[in-house]
Amino acid sequence: MELEVIKKNGTSILKITGDVDLYSSPQVRKQVVSLISKTDKNLLVDLTEVTYMDSSGVATLVEALQLTKKLGGKLKLYSLGTTVKDVFELSRLDKVFDICDNEQQAFEGI
Amino acid sequence: MTENGSSHVDTIAISIPAKPEFLKIFRAAVSSICEIKGFCKDDLNNVILAVDESCSNIIKHAYGGPTDRPIQAKINISAEKFEIYLRDFGKKADPKKIKPRNLDDVRPGGLGVHFINSVMDEVVYDNSFDLGNQLKLVKNIIQK
Repeated sequence: MELEVIKKNGTSILKITGDVDLYSSPQVRKQVVSLISKTDKNLLVDLTEVTYMDSSGVATLVEALQLTKKLGGKLKLYSLGTTVKDVFELSRLDKVFDICDNEQQAFEGI
Repeated sequence: MTENGSSHVDTIAISIPAKPEFLKIFRAAVSSICEIKGFCKDDLNNVILAVDESCSNIIKHAYGGPTDRPIQAKINISAEKFEIYLRDFGKKADPKKIKPRNLDDVRPGGLGVHFINSVMDEVVYDNSFDLGNQLKLVKNIIQK
């Protein structure tokens, strides 16, 4: 799994590539926690290249969502593939997260 | 199909050390096995998710973290049915305590058992062994 952080219009985008599982989710958590702060409380997560996500990956994103909400910020996920979308639907978290089709849509309201 | 009309069952055994970095080996193997049998993408993804979550639970709960001790899998597969037995040699689980969490309670963690129960047709925990546990997962495949 690879992580890339891109700054665009003052907002951080975390691009995740590969499988997010019990092995790699601690890396995602570490990166997410380091990106969210009082001065940088919004985070966009690009999931275009995520090939698999398990419950530990979902849990990491739930933690990130709670952290951004606590600071009055927003966390948005975008470009979910079918496999990842299915996992969010299965956990009914597709109703909890702000899930966008693409980057442009994710930037709306940020 | 065999002469008596039932689909041929192949049996495959895999063993990995109970470490998170090896989970992708299980996923890749299960994916290839299901592809060979012609499973559709949905069934294939569901089976991979359930097996992966089960192995993660073995690492976290039965073994209490990554270890050199094994997760042994025996897979019986036909075009109509995926059946896997996952054996560990760690702490015995109490099946009564293995419950999915309430999905309305939005918090990190606790989703693995919900995923397994949602996507598989049969989930049976067996702790009758002298050491460790065995989990049986079954997915019936409807041919389209």
